[in-house]
Amino acid sequence: MNLVKIGNLIIPIVVLLIIIYALRKKVKIYDSFIIGAKEGLELAISVLPYLVAMLFATNILLKSNILNYVFDIFSPVIDFFKIPKEILPMALVRSISGNASFAVMVDLIKNFGPDSYIGRIASAIQGSTDTTIYVLSLYFGSIGIKKIKYSLWVGLLTDLTCLIVSIILVSFVFGNF
Amino acid sequence: MMNKLWAFFIIIGITFAIFSGNIDIINKEIIEYPNEIFNIFISMVPLMVIWSGIMNIAKDAGLLNKISKFMSPLFKIIFPDIPKGHESLDYIASNLTINMLGIHNASTPFGLKAMKSLNELNKNKEEASRSMITFLVLNTSGVTIIATDILAIRSMYNATNPTDILLVTIIGTIITTFVALILDRIFYYFKGR
Repeated sequence: MNLVKIGNLIIPIVVLLIIIYALRKKVKIYDSFIIGAKEGLELAISVLPYLVAMLFATNILLKSNILNYVFDIFSPVIDFFKIPKEILPMALVRSISGNASFAVMVDLIKNFGPDSYIGRIASAIQGSTDTTIYVLSLYFGSIGIKKIKYSLWVGLLTDLTCLIVSIILVSFVFGNF
Repeated sequence: MMNKLWAFFIIIGITFAIFSGNIDIINKEIIEYPNEIFNIFISMVPLMVIWSGIMNIAKDAGLLNKISKFMSPLFKIIFPDIPKGHESLDYIASNLTINMLGIHNASTPFGLKAMKSLNELNKNKEEASRSMITFLVLNTSGVTIIATDILAIRSMYNATNPTDILLVTIIGTIITTFVALILDRIFYYFKGR
């Protein structure tokens, strides 16, 4: 359990270490913070249009319920590989929206329990990868890149890898099949 | 690509909703969701401001540079196109370090700065460079050592041992990241040049 507590220690300690280190290097920390904070504000405002555009479009896709039909198409495949089909919504949403997949994970943990096969796979998928489409649109958008080349394909294939690796690892480590 | 993807999401979503009788929900979402987006944004701003401030302190103290020097042998292999000692490497190092600690929102300012800095090396400002793609691939593969939010949920629902999943996420994230970097190389050699 105490890794949870250690987790809560990380951020405060990082902040503390940075400030102590900076004081020893005789940095005017308050002035420095303000300069950085101003930059941060500009940065945040500059990414707003990309954030809005991306959340708007992904939300329409998610709320249209189309993914439920996509599940049906995939279900013979996942039956074949003996993947629990409750995981599929999460796997599909994971690349599109971090918030949505987090919500699905919470739901699965609530319904099946955190120590269930499904609950563990859901946790593993959420923890071992980040939201591809969010990252790409925000980061490329912020500097005005129009041609993102092969990055989307690598990102999506990585998410698929993460799904497969998570299932194998959970089965292997917790021995459930 | 972004143009196509964006159009694809909206067209598919709305068309499907019309044919499946789901359009009331979409109508409501289009009108009301912007408020929610605004809330998400508003909750992001202070965090980005604070971490940009802290990042600036770390930068002025020479800490970012130190982290990137520590990681530089690895960077030479992962980012062959970035000249040694370039500023972007400092930001990349900080972004990855903070990601590993599981503070994703806090790593965003570092990541955006890294992109800006990488774009200075970029010849065609509208086209993603090789280093940018590699950097974002590392970000999307999510190099997380301690996923704080997941542990919190697991303990909230009374997992016997909320942290037992860490072994899986750590090994998982390492394998996934490794595969991601290999995929990135393969795509670069076949499609990038």
